[in-house]
Amino acid sequence: MIEAIRMALDWEMSRNRDVVILGQDAGATGGFFGATAGLQERFGSDRVQDTPLAEGMIVGLCVGMAAQGLRPVAEIPFMGFIFPALDQIVNHLSRMRARTQGRLCCPVVIRVPHGGGTGAPEHHSECMEALLAHISGIRVVCPSSPARAYGLLLASVRDPDPVIFLEPRRSYRSEREEISNDGRAAPLDACHLLRAGSDVTLVSWGAMIIETMKAAEILAAEEVSAEVVDLSSISPIDRETILKSVGKTGRLVVAHEAAANCGVGAEVAAIVAEESWGDLKAPVRRVTGYDTPVPLARLERSYIPSVARIVDAVRETIKAG
Amino acid sequence: MNCPDPEGSFPDLPDLGRLDADGRPIGVLPDFARDPARLTELYRFMTRVRVFDRRACALQREGRIGTYPSCLGHEATHVGSAAALAPEDCLVPSYRECGAMLWRGVSMTDVLLYWAGDERGNRRGGALHDLPWCIPVGTQSLHAAGVAMAFRARGEQRGALTFIGDGATSQGAFYEALNVAGARQLPVVFVVVNNGWALSTSVSSQTAAKTLADKALAAGIPGSRVDGNDVIAVREAVGGAMVRARAGHGASLIEALVSSRMGDEHAVHRLDPLVRLRRYLRRLGAWDDVEETALSAECEHEVDGAVHTCFNLSPQPTDAMFDYLFASVPRHLERQKRRARRYGQIAES
Repeated sequence: MIEAIRMALDWEMSRNRDVVILGQDAGATGGFFGATAGLQERFGSDRVQDTPLAEGMIVGLCVGMAAQGLRPVAEIPFMGFIFPALDQIVNHLSRMRARTQGRLCCPVVIRVPHGGGTGAPEHHSECMEALLAHISGIRVVCPSSPARAYGLLLASVRDPDPVIFLEPRRSYRSEREEISNDGRAAPLDACHLLRAGSDVTLVSWGAMIIETMKAAEILAAEEVSAEVVDLSSISPIDRETILKSVGKTGRLVVAHEAAANCGVGAEVAAIVAEESWGDLKAPVRRVTGYDTPVPLARLERSYIPSVARIVDAVRETIKAG
Repeated sequence: MNCPDPEGSFPDLPDLGRLDADGRPIGVLPDFARDPARLTELYRFMTRVRVFDRRACALQREGRIGTYPSCLGHEATHVGSAAALAPEDCLVPSYRECGAMLWRGVSMTDVLLYWAGDERGNRRGGALHDLPWCIPVGTQSLHAAGVAMAFRARGEQRGALTFIGDGATSQGAFYEALNVAGARQLPVVFVVVNNGWALSTSVSSQTAAKTLADKALAAGIPGSRVDGNDVIAVREAVGGAMVRARAGHGASLIEALVSSRMGDEHAVHRLDPLVRLRRYLRRLGAWDDVEETALSAECEHEVDGAVHTCFNLSPQPTDAMFDYLFASVPRHLERQKRRARRYGQIAES
């Protein structure tokens, strides 16, 4: 996936001189994970710059640059380090267009690794999409595959408004597929059907799609037909696709790595409860991380919902009606 | 002299140290350094840190523990600073100061457990009022100021000591901490450990300040520089700043210059904190090869024991995620705790 991200950045930088990259170690070393490898060499240190180590500064700079017509793509190396930038995101980035009544805007992309499963130290494995989705005026996107990452990143950079682009960290190297480097963007604000089914709708996103797809396989062997929806766009949520699926299956299980409390799963469940109550044959279930900080490495895999937990939740849902 | 060269090493800093690279004293040594027994103690401890650090790095390379921030070349800064603390002072580390933490009584096993990703590594011993590891860079600066504020509020003659890497001096939290520490004359000492590099970014691209010690100026607190490879100089500088802090005269910033090129032969020869002190101790006749060999064996043995414990503990129950989140576990977490138990500890999938 990391190569798909690099290709998308390369593509857009080659064609749009307004696109600039900034981040800690984004330049000379090509980013913490190699997403910007070789870009400083190609495009120079004005367009791909290493910044001082200060996340609030990075996003604040992006606001100013974007307000004057650039399209900054910022990299925050780990999700636990985005918090100093929240002031700038909440108070400025998300509402520049609104506060100036359309006069100025912030076409900024903030790339952040998302989630754990790599045995990293504290603060490197968080899933804070719900915190970000709660901020009005920004989009929150989370691809589940290299192809989706390529298309959605292009769309995000081209979008006239700010996008927080969450990159599932354990998929950086593990998820591989051939993609055509054709500069075609994928649609924002849309979720994607990954597997058609008739008994239950499984909604998930990011790296959790791996476990969710495995669960669907296991369930298929038990003659339970699961439809898998990749949310992709965490904010705004593509309600129509989800409602259509639940309308067909009558059951909903949401799986996410983030903690349960006020998580995005609750929003998906609320959408279905508000608009599709009559379609539900069983209560909605969520399979999530626990309401604790992400534990240190030795317990990390016990925190991230396992295939078994998803399968059990679906079995209970089927049993319930 | 003012800025690190782009290679990340520093020229010799004779005016900022107490021993030159050959282990010869520069001027008159401070009182504590005239007692060979105290210097030997510092030397022994730095060796202990070095042996531990080398093993931890090896374990990381072998993939047996996770990320481990090496303190190679920082031994004099860590040990010299920690040795300047009174037991009731408070250490506020970042993530790299394992040398200082070991001095404060944290066990090697606990350090290994933490970096191996085991929550039990945080149930550490040692000075129990010290703060834990701090990974989000620079954030600990404010905690140190807060600790100092607590001491002041209670009228206690105690001080806080914190470490900040050069990269972290670009963070807002660092400036905020310096500012309030100056404004309130807080009993806190900021040791900025400058190895010339924030990951791949050099100090000169982080700041146009001539020295990181200059950053103290705007806060109205004294800022000074010290050769961070020289344990005597560090002990003296931090000791003076702590005395000042405890006496109610306010905060200080000390920039300790260390090398990021300890793998390099030249750097080892010129800058290695252990080599320098060993040369001096030998010259005094306070250290010889027999003692060196015995010390190495002793340290290796201690590290062996810590490694053994780290990898032979019973598996950590999933309860560890829940048990210390609140003083008493709320009901919804009790439910989640039971669910987690049902699935047990899940290994890498």
